[in-house]
Amino acid sequence: MSQIQNVSRRGFLKGVVGAGALVLGTRYVPAILAAEPAQDGSTEADHAPFHPNVFVGIETDGTVHIVAHRSEMGTVVRTSLPLVVADELDADWKRVKIDQAIGDRRYGDQNTDGSHSIRSFFDTMRECGASALWMLVQAAAQQWNVPASECSTEPHTVVHAKSGRKLGYGELATAAAKLDVPKKDQLQLKKAAEWRYIGKGETSYDLRNLCTGKAIYGMDAHLDDMIYASIEHPPVFGGKVKSYDDQETLKVAGVQKTLFIDPFKPPPAFQPLGGVAVLADNTWAAFQGRKKLKITWDNGANGSYDSVEYKKELQDTARKSAKVIRSVGDANSALASASASNTFEAEYYVPLLAHAPMEPMVALAEFKDGKVTAWAPTQNPQAAQAIISSELGIPVQDVICHVTLLGGGFGRKSKPDYVAEAAVLSKKVGRPVKVVWTREDDIKFDYYNAVAGMYFKAAVDAKGKPTAWLQRSVFPPITSIFDVSSVYGDPAHLAQGWTDMPYDLPNISIENGPAKAHVRIGWLRSVANIYHGFGVQSFTDELAHRAQRDPLEFLLDLIGPPRTLNFTNVEYPNYGADYKTYPWETGRLRHVTELVAEKSGWAKKKSVKGHGFGVAAHRSFLTYVATVVEVEVDDQGEIRIPRVDTALDAGLVVNPEITRAQFEGAAVFGTSIVRSGEITAKNGVIEQSNFNDYPVARINEAPQQTNVYIVDSAAPPAGVGEPGVPPFVAAFCNAIYAATGKRVRNLPLSSSGLFG
Amino acid sequence: MVKLNVNGVDRTFDGDPNMPLLWYLRDVLHLTGTKFGCGVALCGACTVHQNGEAIRSCITPVSAAAGSKIQTIEDIGANGLHPVQEAWIEVNVPQCGYCQSGQIMQAIALLKGKPHPTNQDIDDGMAGNICRCGTYQRIRAAIKLAAGKSA
Repeated sequence: MSQIQNVSRRGFLKGVVGAGALVLGTRYVPAILAAEPAQDGSTEADHAPFHPNVFVGIETDGTVHIVAHRSEMGTVVRTSLPLVVADELDADWKRVKIDQAIGDRRYGDQNTDGSHSIRSFFDTMRECGASALWMLVQAAAQQWNVPASECSTEPHTVVHAKSGRKLGYGELATAAAKLDVPKKDQLQLKKAAEWRYIGKGETSYDLRNLCTGKAIYGMDAHLDDMIYASIEHPPVFGGKVKSYDDQETLKVAGVQKTLFIDPFKPPPAFQPLGGVAVLADNTWAAFQGRKKLKITWDNGANGSYDSVEYKKELQDTARKSAKVIRSVGDANSALASASASNTFEAEYYVPLLAHAPMEPMVALAEFKDGKVTAWAPTQNPQAAQAIISSELGIPVQDVICHVTLLGGGFGRKSKPDYVAEAAVLSKKVGRPVKVVWTREDDIKFDYYNAVAGMYFKAAVDAKGKPTAWLQRSVFPPITSIFDVSSVYGDPAHLAQGWTDMPYDLPNISIENGPAKAHVRIGWLRSVANIYHGFGVQSFTDELAHRAQRDPLEFLLDLIGPPRTLNFTNVEYPNYGADYKTYPWETGRLRHVTELVAEKSGWAKKKSVKGHGFGVAAHRSFLTYVATVVEVEVDDQGEIRIPRVDTALDAGLVVNPEITRAQFEGAAVFGTSIVRSGEITAKNGVIEQSNFNDYPVARINEAPQQTNVYIVDSAAPPAGVGEPGVPPFVAAFCNAIYAATGKRVRNLPLSSSGLFG
Repeated sequence: MVKLNVNGVDRTFDGDPNMPLLWYLRDVLHLTGTKFGCGVALCGACTVHQNGEAIRSCITPVSAAAGSKIQTIEDIGANGLHPVQEAWIEVNVPQCGYCQSGQIMQAIALLKGKPHPTNQDIDDGMAGNICRCGTYQRIRAAIKLAAGKSA
């Protein structure tokens, strides 16, 4: 039997396979599962080293079911990972049906973040496909009474060439189901030259539905007896309801009742923020009723949080010596002994950023008979299970979390506070509850990308090349949502473009200072790489211009000769990847920089007033990227981006066309960060609310043309969803300098004062 | 009571006439292809056609749709894909796809007024529709492709 069943009695999302099908319990568990801490309520079997995972099912009619266990938010991973299975299974893609997994530890990690779906599951998916194929071939060989070694396959068919016999996968399903699952060393994986899909790719399995309004997102989840809820959260992080009056709310047509939600107990993690929920017959009535609530708040300790003051504090801290994360030589002595004319310093600032996916937070949950069933656009269904389990005091296995399509995620939907809200309310009201956040809720109650202050100082030689390099960052860490006393950057986020500043220089000091969080801090597409990449690549460009050297040539000079960075005695988590498999190779960063120079025609393009070119290179999520941005700036300070060129080395790329789309999108995402991305607080209250005061790039503001060049590589696959953002942000700002002589040190442009 | 026609079907709505058309379509008629993105006509995810014109259903009260013909994404390709949808698929426009119903409805309206739009026409016509995934380059290409198809 399948491990996955159609647990939705109302058939909202289908399970995997029907009766009589071959279901392969493969015995391959992703390596990262072994390192994952035990979750409350999971059984011993869940933790067994080779506990079966179920990804493949084949029907007697030949339909191949492949389970997508990662969340689909636009990266097309729901297609690309099953495509890897299909390749090794030698399945006909047209006969493959993709089934979306519920949250379940038996799939291994399901938190679709960190650009690691392909990296972490490529081998597992191949082995799942290959083991299924092995069994089908054995079944055919037995039926024909020939050695399996004489059999081959063509899509969806096992072939015995000698006798000219063929059997379809559907015909073999029943016999194959009786065989033992092969051991790993029995598997014969395809050679790269034999791949049908890997490296060639396919469009999204959902493409047609996405263009016809038929795709089902969390916002579209529906149960007939559900009630809609809209929640007034405490305006200040950590605030509480003192008292509330719902008399006027209850007079609104369609409003049924109001419910109090407890504030979180620190640390906040993924708990609901608390507040007052308005439950109504439709979404609009719930919104209207909310406007009539009269609530008195206790704002708590963060009621004095002010972004302007906070920025000054960050910058003051960044100017003081701090915790050394990594050092080479003796940067401080070298800086102290250098002449003033040969030293240079600069400060950079990146504000809090909101995710603002097009689909606001939304979730449907039903509490019934002590169990919860939820439908949610979540990047992290197992975390949704865990938080619902702890909020409601029920075992984690009594929480079923269906994963719908996500209307964007960008990291926000890895934090399932909104899913827990629906479950908490359903338990209170005794009906299925659909919680719908407004855009204002989304902007004001995000887990923001950290605000960061950075200080750089360099001493340079006669050619302007640094002899000493100091970089110091200060930002409230993500770990503060799990430990409120946490103020220093944790190794994993310092490793994002800071610890691993790759330049070949004799004296380097990489430091980090403390900062306290006053809002929830969280992962956003590229995370700490956003500010680290901006700081390092902007300062590099400043030094190049100061030395009157070509910025791209200067960048290559600093990267130095090809070598592998050595992190002996330095804590460098490397995005959770084994360093031997994914070493930091400066030659690959050089190569993409040289490639983008060639493709963009860098050598022939000279910046003039009003028309400039900027370059930046950055490794993140194990992928090497270099980007050239062209800008035009008119007399009114209006900025256009006619062209972006970006070259990437992500190792083996499963789905090239989709990868190009990710880097096109990253340029637009980066455009929003540079132009207008800024969340601020006054008296602890977030000042932005919607796309009017938190604008994101529109078609007329985005790059007109982004050209993406993928390095052909057989290296292990790396990330593609996030790595395009950091080099774009810096290259865009460097291009603005080239066109205008105005250096962007404080993001975003809209509040930098540089352009009116 | 408000009478209107949605996707060719005559409807009467006896709820609050101030309810935005968006929520009538989504919560009452269960036509969920039209999306909620901002609630204040800033993002275009809720774009539908009223008598052939693109409107933002999130700020249009049901009462303002009285007597008119409303068409949503569900009806656009009901009898075979619309050329704009075909172009969207050919160019592989969507990433998450959430905004694309609105983008497609807006693009159809744009092409009705400007069958052969320039880049500037496309920027002007589509600037009200946000795509956070950043598919604008492909949206532009798909609109041009669709324009060519219908030429």
